[in-house]
Amino acid sequence: MNHSPLIFLGVFFALALSWFGLVFEPQLQLGNAQPTTNLVNLGQLYPQMPPGQARQGLDVYRSLGCAACHSQQIGQTGRTYDVALTDAGTNRSAVVDTLLKVKPDATAIEAQRLLEKPPATILKDVTRAAADAAVAKFEPTGAKVEVRVIPTGPDIARGWGKRRSVAEDFLFDQPVMLGSQRIGPDLADVGSRLPVANWHLLHLYNPQIVVSKSVMPPYRFLFEKRKIGREPSPDALKLAGKFAPESGCEIVPTDEARQLVAYLLGLRADTVIFETPMTVATANVSTNAPAATNAPAAPPTNSVAK
Amino acid sequence: MSASSSSAHTVSPDPRSDSVAPPADIDASCRVPVMVLLACAAVWLVVASVFGLIASLKFHAPNLLADCPWLTYGRVQPAQMNALIYGFAAQAGLGIALWMIARLGRTLLVQPGYIVVGALLWNVGVKLGVFGILLGDTTGCEWLEMPGYASPILFAAYAIIGIPALLTFHHRREPTLYVSQWFLLAALFWFPWIYSTANLLLVFFPVRGVLQAVVDWWYVNNLSQIWLGFIGLAAIFYFLPKLTARPLYSNYLAILAFWTLALFGGWGGIHSGAPVPAWMPSLSTVFTVLTAIPLIAITINLDRTFTGAMAKLKESLPLKFVVFGAVAYVLAGALAIVSAFPQFSQITHFTLFTPARTQLFLYGFFAMTMAGAIYHVVPLLIQNEWPSARLVRAHFALATLGLVFYVGSLSVGGILQGLALNHPEVPFAGALNRALVCFRVGTLGDLLMTAGNVCLALNLAWLLARCCRACCVPAMMAAVKPQVAEAAR
Ligand code: HEC
Repeated sequence: MNHSPLIFLGVFFALALSWFGLVFEPQLQLGNAQPTTNLVNLGQLYPQMPPGQARQGLDVYRSLGCAACHSQQIGQTGRTYDVALTDAGTNRSAVVDTLLKVKPDATAIEAQRLLEKPPATILKDVTRAAADAAVAKFEPTGAKVEVRVIPTGPDIARGWGKRRSVAEDFLFDQPVMLGSQRIGPDLADVGSRLPVANWHLLHLYNPQIVVSKSVMPPYRFLFEKRKIGREPSPDALKLAGKFAPESGCEIVPTDEARQLVAYLLGLRADTVIFETPMTVATANVSTNAPAATNAPAAPPTNSVAK
Repeated sequence: MSASSSSAHTVSPDPRSDSVAPPADIDASCRVPVMVLLACAAVWLVVASVFGLIASLKFHAPNLLADCPWLTYGRVQPAQMNALIYGFAAQAGLGIALWMIARLGRTLLVQPGYIVVGALLWNVGVKLGVFGILLGDTTGCEWLEMPGYASPILFAAYAIIGIPALLTFHHRREPTLYVSQWFLLAALFWFPWIYSTANLLLVFFPVRGVLQAVVDWWYVNNLSQIWLGFIGLAAIFYFLPKLTARPLYSNYLAILAFWTLALFGGWGGIHSGAPVPAWMPSLSTVFTVLTAIPLIAITINLDRTFTGAMAKLKESLPLKFVVFGAVAYVLAGALAIVSAFPQFSQITHFTLFTPARTQLFLYGFFAMTMAGAIYHVVPLLIQNEWPSARLVRAHFALATLGLVFYVGSLSVGGILQGLALNHPEVPFAGALNRALVCFRVGTLGDLLMTAGNVCLALNLAWLLARCCRACCVPAMMAAVKPQVAEAAR
């Protein structure tokens, strides 16, 4: 007659399924995640525990609720491939012939020129299969060619990051603040995009100094206004015009401001790990850096004087 | 007034008696605890609206209140959400739930005194939590921002309220269960489970890395879909038939909706592209799409129950609110399903479309349903009509208009923003500006909803003041100056 205990058990089981699926099972899979190998710098693990000041900065970021406007997760929609010639070898004529086959629209002179200054990108933005086929064609000629993996997607094209964010990026964050709004730009890789501490200090003091019409709130309370002593403090912000304090006063960042900036500068998601294959531009391929081919010259929001 | 408000403490159910309790006695037993919960809820609703308004105005003038750290956007915005969810939604939901459990069980509310204590404690917890957020002690986890010194208080308060609720259910005199009771029971049980899980795994013994985000998404989704969703649905399934004086179209469909929702509802909320193993967003999408089954069942059921009762809509103001809530529930559910598809969420995720959906659910569905319930239940509890029907009508008009403005402009703005963000050649500032224009229009919606909420709070305060004058003042007079009271009589 009274089925309520049975119903209760059933309901509890039904509801608890999502707990098993989305709380318990992920814990089994990721609960003991450890830093992985950094594929570029093989001796190093990724991620590294951030330095103390940056960790304190994370607390400032949490406390001020920056995540209400900023996400920290870069999306990636796919990958594309470039093929680059890194060493033409000795059999030049065979290489030129193959190059003309692989790249039918190139003239012989262009092909010759490509050989002169390796590394040179021969194919751009092709599929994996096309890239592999090209590599196979070059094999008998003795030339060295490599396939470059380039993550793609609107976030990456915008210059917000070089690859998608992965679970490893957040291993040492406490708390993890992925954010769900993009009223401001994504900050997952802001440290490599805007690497100058002074820029951040000015921006935090009043965003409109560096981005006119910015709607980001000013964080003046992270700075201290004080009378200039015998000589101006070396840390004082260089403010001009309507942003300058009254004469005889200077604006110096508090510890919190410094910590926050240390945290922002440490936000970098550009390490190559197994989960996110990509080819990073190293110094000797500066002219054909894949990142530069794919991203606009300057990310839209940081086209400001540093 | 026959029964004074303090008499509620003295009536206690007698488990041995088999007779059902008369509705008037049940209402009397609910009077003090439910009124405390509802009155506090109304105050928090206004507080949340004011926070929301401040947050919204910051997009018109970023320098507004900018030198006051505890009113910075990143603190006011979570303070608003927490005041709305834990201050208003939880208390209004619990108050109405207690009353429905007693009424549907045809039994008196058990231990009303404890519930009052629990309600007051809950308010202490919410106050502490919201102050904590404003002071910068937020946990940084969405919808769980209240710091670790507030959440145990909330948990204890919930237990003090929840146990009498379960006991009331246990002592029910009506053996057949109505679907609202299923929803309420599940919601009552599920909250402590999700709240303790989330607090333990995020605040007290935090799990590693991105798991925190997964737990948080799970919590947010369960809190809205299962807890608030179930309480709101229970109210709709109770009040829609009652206020239209028509039987529920199909009990079977309602039970089907209940079970499928319990199975599929708790999985949503993980967007594709999140930096977690790919199976999680996929699973989340699949289950969210499956919630179409309960959504369709609920829609058919409510629609069939309501058809032909259009005329009632003119007579009954509470009914207007409840019907609005039901429509908003269906709309929000449909949007949630659409948003689960990666093709769509690629555009709308991270944009204003998300707050638009949240508002449609929290305010359009939950708050409106609760307001309807409050307008129906409070007069029964204190045996007094609302002082101003015009304020009730104003509340409905303002809330509806405000919601349409807010949700409409934010969804349009969100989609424009999302389309622009997906085109890297549009500079970020350009993408943001499109959204900001709409966001600023949305402020008007905020303003209207705030005004509507003030109408509710005013009306309630007025009613309470009138009752107070009617029953407390003579009593006090009698205590202070017996002869004056004598003379007055
Ligand atoms: C009200 C929303 C909002 C809040 C809160 C907010 N920001 Fe911003 N943020 C923006 C907007 C809008 C921009 C883009 C315009 C600009 O650069 O000022 C931005 C830009 C930035 C940038 C430059 C990124 C780039 O690529 O140009 C950084 C760094 C930044 N914010 C850090 C922070 C930090 C740190 C906090 C917390 C203390 C914070 N923001 C809080 C809205 C916000």
